[in-house]
Formats: sequence, C-alpha cells, structure tokens
Amino acid sequence: MEKGRTYTLKVWRQPNADAKGAFKNYKVEDISPGSSFLEMLDILNDQLSEKGEDPVHFDHDCREGICGMCSLFINGRPHGPDEEITVCQLHMRVFKDGTKITIEPWRANAFPVIKDLVVDRSAFDRIVQAGGFISVNTGAADDANSIPIPKVNADLAMDAAACIGCGACVAVCKNASAMLFTAAKVSQLALLPQGDIERKERAMKMVAQMDAEGFGACTNTGACSAECPKSIDLSVIARMNREYFTAKITT
Amino acid sequence: MSLDSNIPEGPLAEKWTKYKFDLKLVNPANKRKYDIIVVGTGLAGAAAAASFGELGYNVKAFFYQDSARRAHSIAAQGGINAAKNYTNDGDSVFRLFYDTIKGGDYRSREANVYRLAEVSNNIIDQCVAQGVPFAREYGGLLDNRSFGGAQVSRTFYARGQTGQQLLLGAYSALSRQVASGKVTLFPRTEMLDVVLVDGKARGIVTRNMITGKVESHSAHVVVLATGGYGNVFFLSTMAMGCNASAVWRAHKKGAFFGNPSFTQIHPTCIPVHGDQQSKLTLMSESLRNDGRVWVPKTKEIAEKLRAGGMKPTEIPEEDRDYYLERIYPSFGNLVPRDVASRNAKNVCDEGRGVGETGLAVFLDFRDAIERDGVDVIKAKYGNLFQMYEKIVDDNPYETPMMIYPAIHYTMGGLWVDYNLMTTIPGLYATGECNFSDHGANRLGASALMQGLADGYFVIPYTIGDYLAGMPYDKVSTDHPEFQKAEKELKERIDKLLNINGSKTVDYFHKQLGHIMWEKCGMSRNAQGLKEAKEEIRKLREEYWKDVKVLGVNEELNMTLEKALRVADFMELAELMVDDALDRKESCGGHFREESKTPEGEAKRDDKNFAYVSAWEYTGEGKPEVLHKEELVFENVELTQRSYK
Repeated sequence: MEKGRTYTLKVWRQPNADAKGAFKNYKVEDISPGSSFLEMLDILNDQLSEKGEDPVHFDHDCREGICGMCSLFINGRPHGPDEEITVCQLHMRVFKDGTKITIEPWRANAFPVIKDLVVDRSAFDRIVQAGGFISVNTGAADDANSIPIPKVNADLAMDAAACIGCGACVAVCKNASAMLFTAAKVSQLALLPQGDIERKERAMKMVAQMDAEGFGACTNTGACSAECPKSIDLSVIARMNREYFTAKITT
Repeated sequence: MSLDSNIPEGPLAEKWTKYKFDLKLVNPANKRKYDIIVVGTGLAGAAAAASFGELGYNVKAFFYQDSARRAHSIAAQGGINAAKNYTNDGDSVFRLFYDTIKGGDYRSREANVYRLAEVSNNIIDQCVAQGVPFAREYGGLLDNRSFGGAQVSRTFYARGQTGQQLLLGAYSALSRQVASGKVTLFPRTEMLDVVLVDGKARGIVTRNMITGKVESHSAHVVVLATGGYGNVFFLSTMAMGCNASAVWRAHKKGAFFGNPSFTQIHPTCIPVHGDQQSKLTLMSESLRNDGRVWVPKTKEIAEKLRAGGMKPTEIPEEDRDYYLERIYPSFGNLVPRDVASRNAKNVCDEGRGVGETGLAVFLDFRDAIERDGVDVIKAKYGNLFQMYEKIVDDNPYETPMMIYPAIHYTMGGLWVDYNLMTTIPGLYATGECNFSDHGANRLGASALMQGLADGYFVIPYTIGDYLAGMPYDKVSTDHPEFQKAEKELKERIDKLLNINGSKTVDYFHKQLGHIMWEKCGMSRNAQGLKEAKEEIRKLREEYWKDVKVLGVNEELNMTLEKALRVADFMELAELMVDDALDRKESCGGHFREESKTPEGEAKRDDKNFAYVSAWEYTGEGKPEVLHKEELVFENVELTQRSYK
C-alpha cells in the first residue's frame, strides 16, 4: 500500500453570510491516494474537531456525482482538476504529494455564501419555478406511447436533461451567467412535443427570472460547458436564444 | 392496540377500483381549508406534494437539502418497472404483482403489491407527459430493458440516470405548484419531531439548519416521505445526509415500526479501500450479465495476490473458483442479490478474498471481451467502466474489477395500512420510509415504481378519505403539545452541545456501523445478535457521556445535525437487532444461520413466520412490544426459492 500523502490546504473560512471571510491554511497528513477529495476534508474536519476548532462546512450529499450538492472551487476550477466529474468524484491521487490546494466557494452575486464553502443556490429553484415545467396534472396523461418522439430528439432532450443543477457553470463564468443551466431546461422541454404548447412563455419567463436573480450576461466564451460535470453542450444556449427571440417577435 | 390493515374485501383485481369509489371525497372548494405537511422531496414526497397542490390543498414541503431536486432518489440508475407489455412478451399486471411478491420472498401484502402493479402503467404515462426523456427506439416509441427477478422486459429507463430524470419530473411538477402558491418549500430544514393533539398527528417540530431556530408547523395531516435508514451501517450507498430521525421520532410517538431488520445488501459495489472511506458506490447489477465472479481456489494464492506477489491476470484457469457458476449451475452469476452477496461473504470469510483488505471478489470481463470484442462491451458498460476507473484507478478492460456487497436499501419502515396511514391517525408514510411493498427483498427497478405510485396515485386518494372526516379548525403552534415538543428538542440539542466529551460523532457512527455490519448484516445468528444488543447499549451510554459536538446551535452546524441523527440511529439499531432475533427463519435479505437447508441455503418458515412484525414503542428503556400482522396468501402459492 502506498504511503499517505501530505498537503497544505488554503481554505476559505467565513462564519456566516454577514461576516467577512478569509483564507486559512491547514496541513493534512497521511492521506491515502485512493481517498476522495471530500474524504480528505472529512479527515481535516476530524483533526479540527479534536483540536476544538469548528469544522470546515461544505455541501455534499450523494457522493456519487448526481445530486449536484457538492460545490467547491479547487485551484481555480469548479469541481477541481479533472474532467467530467463533481468534487465528490475527485480523488487525491490527482494531487501530487506535498502540494498546496486552494479551496473556495462558488463565487457569484446570485449565490451568496452561507458559511465557509456553502452557498445559497435557491436562485436556480426560482428559475425553474418561473416556467421549467410542463403543465400537466397528475392523472391527466394519455398513454405514454400515444405520441412517438424521434429518437434523435429524445436523445438530445436527455443530453440537456442531464444537468445536475450544481452551479459550476455560474462559478466558472467571468460574468456569473446562468445561461447554460437555464438553457438546458428550456432545450429539454422545447425538444419534446409535450413541451411545445408552453415553449414561448417558458423561454421568456425563465430568462426574465434569470436576469432578476442577478446572474450576468452571456458572452459566449464557453467556459460553462467546458467545466460542466455532465458536459452540457453549448448548443443549448443557441437553442434557448432562438426560443427566446422567436417568442419575443411572435407574441 | 390491534393492527387493522384495512385491506378491502373482494377479488384482488377489483379491490383498488372499488375501494377508490368507496372513499369519501373532499369538495374542491373545501380543499383549500386543509393544510398538509410533507416531509422529504424524493420521488414519493415530491410527487405527493405536487399532487396535493394540484388538488387544491395547502402544502408545506420540508427537506434537509438545499433544493428539492437533490433527494437521494436521484441516484437510482437502472430503471422503473411497469406492466405495459409494450414488448408483447407476456407481461401483465398480475405477472408484475407475482414477480414482486415472489421476489420479496412472500413477506408482503398481496393487496398492496397488486395495487402497485396496477398503477405502474399510469406512472409511465404521467412521467412522459411531464417531459421525462425516457429511452426510445428508432420508431419513436419507448424502449424497455430486462432486469433481475423477471422473465419479461418491462423496465423503462433514461440512460443510467432514471432516478434523476424521474425526480426532476416530480420536482418540475412541484415547482409549478410553488409558483401557483399552493406549495411552500422549506429547504435546509430538518424535521425532528411529530406533534400529536388529541391522539392525531397535527404537525411537526423542525430545526432550521442555517439559523438553528427550532420551529413548530401545524397542519391537518402529516405525510412522511423521508427514505430509508441504511446509514445505520455507517457505510452504505445512501447519501451522506439520509437519516432515520423523522421515522424514529414518529415511532417514539406511537407509529409502529414494520420489519426493521429487513435490509437489502447489493452484491456489486466498489469495495472499501480503507478506514478513511465515507461512502460506498454501487455498480449497476447489469454488469453480472457479462462479468464472471471468481476468487482464487486456495487461501495461499489469495494471500500471495494480496501481498502484491502476483497479478490477477497471472492466475491460471485451474486456480480460479467461479463459485457462483459452480454452486448454482442454472442461474450462475445471475442469482438474486441476497444469494450473490452471501456467497461473496462466504469466500472472503474462508480467506480467499482479494484486494488490499481481502474483502473483495473479482468480476471478470476477460471472457466476455474475448467472445464479443472490446467494442461491444464498451457500448454496453462504457460509462460504468469509466466510473470504476475514476474511483479505483484500475482499468477493468485489462484487469478484473473488484466488487463487494454493501447496504443499499431498507425494506423495513413505518408500518402502514392500505391507506398508507401509520398507527398514528393522520400520520402517513410513503416510499422507502414505509415497510409496505417489497417484503423481505426488493427487486431491481421497483423502488422508483413504489415511490411514485405512493406519491402520485395512492395517497392523493386515501388522504381525502381521512380529511373528509376532519374539522377545518387549525391547531395553533402555541398549543401545549407543540411547546412541549419544542422544549424537548431544545433540551436534546443543549445536552449534545454540552457533553463536551473526547470522541467525535463519526467515531460513534463508525462503531455502530461495525457492530451492525458484523452481527446484523449479511448473516445473523442468535448469539451474535444478543452480543450486538449489548454492544449497542454500551455504545449509546458512552455516546451520551463522551461525544464531542462543537459549535453552537444558532448557525450552520453540521456536526450537531449529525449528532442528532446518530443518536436516533443507535436507538433504531437496537430495534433492528430485536427484530432479527425474533425472526428465526431466513427470508430474503434476512439470513439466520440457524435456518438453512443442508446445502447451506436460506430456509423460510412459512408456518411460524408468515407475518409482518410491527413493533410498538413503550417508553425509554422498556422493551418494545411485538405485534404480528398475519400475511394471507389467496392468489399465489408459496414456494421455496431455488437457483441451483
């Protein structure tokens, strides 16, 4: 078994939303390369607890890359230095022994810090509430096979629907834009016949809510898609723009 | 108190239809006079809350995550069963019912399971209408795949993310109701007690996880949809936050607990890498279609392998033991989950396990790659192989995967009647947190089905029947019962914060997990269970004397959250052990070493144990009282499972 590794962690600490935050350095030792990044933080927190210091707070839940809860900005990249994963799937073998690792929260006006590395992403929920649904009551549905959907559209809808709502797209964007998130939902529903009736209203309302939440504008640099753990394609933004402008000029 | 399951009279296939007609209704204009609390926003909770909102009730939905979209239903991979028979291969409602009853080793209720099979088709219709992007064929119609425990192809899926897509569908329906003002969301809020007024559930007490504020919420009825309790074992495939506090607090207020010892252990998880591990990851069951399970034939070879003296690929054919193929020639690597798990444990107990810890077996794709070519295998399992490589840093195309069983699901839960109501009037339990539909073992692709069936198509009907008999009057949260519950919770929090002991919460949680895994896990015996009970008691005493919980209540304090949960896990663990001790038969996921066939297989005892155990809490430190709901089988014949 490979011997444990040592790291210096530079972690953002902020007791609550109103307090001023600052970086603090910690040392962790004897970290197994097979440990996940969050397990490494668990070990740090055990150490802090033993010393009587408040543990570093961070969001996490499923620890298998699907719930979208974990949200750390590591060495300047959302979800850290590996492709197509969330922080919970990041492993310590990626970091060389003895290096320094900087850990920050998502930074965006629309995602205020709650404590340490935990931020408030309820703005995403409000964007969905503005129109990210198909208005069908329970029990009102016809047989599932009554409307065939071309496989290519169903697959494209699935590609867009894979979004886990983590917010990495906002965190990496220099404008803190939520276009990729919003566009993924607009695209999914626009690609399906079930979503057709409300498509104009949906695009307009969701975009309006996105703006109201204080997310920035999109300048098409594509960092969002590059850092997306689920590789949501940039083309969803083009599709949403089309939906939005079509809606604007036809309503 | 006696148990009444309220199963309607009449032929199986007509029960639910007739019952729905007989249920009392609440006039549409009067629905707005009723308040409903829903706890949990996974498949069952989000579906129920959205449906209640559509009907016109006032709904408050509580959850501990930051968004309703993150509940652990989201992690389900494989699919959802329905008896659509789109594949024309002989499926029917009755067949889905039969497979589910048999798969559960005849420890569930016929009437409930039949209803589940019956509404399964509505679920698929509903989800498609919501925009759930299920997999389709080139003709544009829905695609199906096969799953364990069935001989028909009835599983609908959305790539490897079916749970995610179904949950996002329910979340979108819920979001629509939030926008319409019928549902209010309470994120980062943990329910820590249920409040009874005049013997009926009339509200809950919660802790706001950001401000620490203890608050009361009143309603006419309370619906729990809080998921399973697998995290009793510390390591499981559950999310880190999954906990038993809501159901356990309800239990202590009078809700009976059904079959607490019934837990499912999934055979194909990524093995534990060491004591820094926090969580286990599941690899889809589908891998067993092509992978061959084996360990070295002798202990000596296994030891050499573990020491790094040789590579798995260097072990010659004659030194490999494909034990599942050897013991179960007809089912081979595709035996059910419980059988595969127990056999993995057996070979590791013999010292033939592999990996650094010796607690792993191989799942080898060498022969499948030789037979079908690497491209075919890549197309089928590419994403799973990639996930495995990210976690383990081994290439499964070149060297065999290593797997080991892990806790995955809890069939046990709060006892409910046909209406999904617990033994507390006005308190309902839906989805994984009730005990109802899976008996002693759950089949693949059935958890999603049950969560959505309960939430969309069962409870919206049955709750009306109860509310129709309720006055509109609201109970004030100033009521002494709310005040009492708040006070008790605050005292519990203060107590934990002031122990100031020497050991972390995780230390105790790991100890508890170790006891449960060793003595109330894959294989159980009377002596071990008695020891476990003693050890849990001691651990609990130590916990309340020596746990260290830092910080204050008045801000985000994840240690405190965890400390409250672990305290409840310890109490529940003892009940699980009691239940396992009472059930002297082996059935489904519950294997009692004293009850096995001469070949060492599980032996059910229908004469003495064809019942649901429903446990009644009788007070601090007092033994729980066991009530038995006899299971009556009129439509299926009970047979012993054999996979030889």
